[in-house]
Amino acid sequence: MSNQPEESSAWSCASCGTPLEIVKVAFTYMKGNFEVPLPACTSCGLVMIPEDLATGKMAEAERILEDK
Amino acid sequence: MEKDELQQWENKCIQEEPPECTATCPIHVDARLFVKEMARGDVDAAFQVLARTMPFPGILGRICDHPCERRCKRDQVEAPIAIGLLERRCVENTTTRARIQPLARRDKRVAVLGGGFAGLCAAWDLLKKGFRVTIVEAGGLLGGSLLEYPADILPPDVVREEIAVLETLGGEFRYGAVLDEAAFARLRSEFDAIFMDREAMAGCDLPLTRDDSGEIVIDPATGATGEDDVFAGGGTRFSSAFSPVTEALHGRKGALSIERFIQNVQLSTGRENEGPFSTRLFTSIAEIEPVPRIIPTAGDAGYSSEEALAEAGRCIQCECMECVKVCLYLERFEGYPKKYARQIFNNEYVMHGRAHTKNQFVNSCSTCGLCETVCPNDFYMGDLCLQARRTMNERKFMPASFHEFALSDMAHANGDSFALLRHEPGGEKSAWLYFPSCQLCATSPLPVLTSYRYLREKLAGGVGIMLGCCGAPAFWAGREDLFKASIAKLRQQWDEMGSPKVITACSTCRSLFTERIPEMETQSIWEVMEDIGLPVGASSLAERLTGSTVSVADPCITRKDPQTKESVRRIIKGLDFVVEELPLSGEKPECCGFGGLMFNANPGLARDVIAHRAVKAGTSPPSTVTAPQGWFRTRLRESADTVYYHTKVSDNDYIAYCAMCRDNLAAAGKRTAHLLELVFPDHDGTDPAGRGWISWSERRNNRSLVRDAVLAEHGEKGEAQMEEYENIKLSISDEVRRRIDDRRILENDIRQVIHQAEETGKRLKNADTGHFLAYQQSGNVTFWVEYSPADNGYTIHNAYSHRMQIAGIKP
Repeated sequence: MSNQPEESSAWSCASCGTPLEIVKVAFTYMKGNFEVPLPACTSCGLVMIPEDLATGKMAEAERILEDK
Repeated sequence: MEKDELQQWENKCIQEEPPECTATCPIHVDARLFVKEMARGDVDAAFQVLARTMPFPGILGRICDHPCERRCKRDQVEAPIAIGLLERRCVENTTTRARIQPLARRDKRVAVLGGGFAGLCAAWDLLKKGFRVTIVEAGGLLGGSLLEYPADILPPDVVREEIAVLETLGGEFRYGAVLDEAAFARLRSEFDAIFMDREAMAGCDLPLTRDDSGEIVIDPATGATGEDDVFAGGGTRFSSAFSPVTEALHGRKGALSIERFIQNVQLSTGRENEGPFSTRLFTSIAEIEPVPRIIPTAGDAGYSSEEALAEAGRCIQCECMECVKVCLYLERFEGYPKKYARQIFNNEYVMHGRAHTKNQFVNSCSTCGLCETVCPNDFYMGDLCLQARRTMNERKFMPASFHEFALSDMAHANGDSFALLRHEPGGEKSAWLYFPSCQLCATSPLPVLTSYRYLREKLAGGVGIMLGCCGAPAFWAGREDLFKASIAKLRQQWDEMGSPKVITACSTCRSLFTERIPEMETQSIWEVMEDIGLPVGASSLAERLTGSTVSVADPCITRKDPQTKESVRRIIKGLDFVVEELPLSGEKPECCGFGGLMFNANPGLARDVIAHRAVKAGTSPPSTVTAPQGWFRTRLRESADTVYYHTKVSDNDYIAYCAMCRDNLAAAGKRTAHLLELVFPDHDGTDPAGRGWISWSERRNNRSLVRDAVLAEHGEKGEAQMEEYENIKLSISDEVRRRIDDRRILENDIRQVIHQAEETGKRLKNADTGHFLAYQQSGNVTFWVEYSPADNGYTIHNAYSHRMQIAGIKP
């Protein structure tokens, strides 16, 4: 899991009205903890996971954790 | 799985058993591998294969009497592989020598009396074992019968060079020895053990136990004589023709017995497979094309290098793989059942599940049973996998993702949106109970309702109805807790109805009931229809399909149920169709990818499995079928590099009688109708085989539709509570609908995300498109929805999900 694709720059937090910044986002799965730099709203904590990340590298990592 | 269970499983799979050539060879040369190397043109590698087993490969390779050829499978096609001629070509042309690495020298001395081939072979093996060996020969030359071969077959130089190896290994020689009784006694006191070559010692009258005809008594299993320290062998020429490879076996046997005698170990244990034995390996020759055996153009001079290549190329490399040939699942994981059983055992027993090495494998089997049908020993992978799944659940290392969607679908079918139990409207008892199945109601609600009305019209004594799930998903998931509870509830409800005769419309439900509730009498709807007759108007359908010739897609669960298969065919013929059988009908239907919950644990594999049944080899699936995704190991391979065969997909429309087969074949682009849709067609003229794929959301709506319609006949209304979010109107294009359905995202999952985002304002906005993006974790899954407001609702542009949980942003 690496940096966000460029398309995410068009997104902003609708409730806070602020642009997203790249911050470290923590994830947990199958007893494992991970940190991934992702765009997020630093004031309310809303994060942005693009489709290709969710269906690509995240899905692959989930599968590996389920069946190493 | 316990260790003895593993052994039982392993013993069932015969793939690792030796081929006929190796089993028949007295010294078990790996002739299959030898011929394979020869077919690759690698003479040196082939020679090393011989040298691993053969004593004096330069001699034996030239003159072996090759009993292996008599049992070669090719002989059943046209003629055996000329293994003897290939060995000769090999040893005459190799540029390498046998690499002999003797064990550490031991301070034990063995005398070999007589330098015939058996004696020489005993000396070869004994020197390799580290013994100090002296060959005592009455004459002046070693070799015995070897010296009688023509020089162009076995040149004397070769014999000398090969025997010289014994000297290199430290062997000592005594020539011209007198071998009378006194000398024999001296040798026995000088040496720890003696091997006697019967051929070379034929003239000597030694004091050993003899039978009535005066022959020295020798135990054929060990070479032991009447004296503990004396072993004997060889002399094949006295009973039949001189057999070099049998002489080699006798020498080898004697050497092993001497080793055991000196170490004071039981002579006879574990020697059953010494010498020729019959192998359990099965090799099908059904599809082997005859290729004539190559006759050497140079006659006695043997094969040219091209001839040797061509002859070795005829070898079919015997192996079983019967199950792997017909199962994409078994093929995909690149092994065979014996190997898989070991891996599963290691995963759960040795590693206690920590390795997780076979988790997806164990959960990918459809449990269809085709392996058991084609296996010469009835190895059933499904049994092994279901057992392993139960263990994974008990020990709590089953990843939730493998079965969660299927189990939530089961919960839906048993929840207040579908589950129902009623006598027929206006009735108070039921002689019959219709169980149309949750999946048939999900895909064909109207034919279910029409058929229920028809059954009530034709059958006396009341026809009640039970809507719900039979528990198959829990069974397949290895969830014994859920499965047992579900069966117990079914049994109790059936009792409440007065134990009526159950009419099933799904073969899986019926098979589970038969097995788990044996006192429940069941009949398939097809058998019932045969008794009560088809409804009027059912037979006017042929014109709606592409033709009046159809093929029947049998579900895997009917593998051992010829009665249902015949019943279905009689009904189809009664509807004026002509049935053209598919290659895998009868006992060999494949699964559609739903069985065993393969579709949930391994969606990529399930898509490939159904594509194999639905899409002709060499053509592309229709564009509506999305490529396998979410399974990163998926490799779509063509038949060229796999044993997994491609069946012939028929151009006929298919008729299925399993709801999931219908839906999966249709989703893969194959025109398929469910038989119930033909017997109880819609009267608006629609094409029952043209209905196409159906989404998981529609399936749930259809179930509720059936329930509401049955309740309406009773004058009741569904009591299911509508959640607020369920009123949200969605507008979704066909493309997006298919994509999100492939991702197993329900429209209600989407509604919940939007509902929450709109309530809380927590959503992202895209400056370029004006779309919103919101997410919500529901259970173990986080759903993402990209949407924009539309008239009275929302347009859905995309939806996706992941299972990793967002813990929050780091400051």
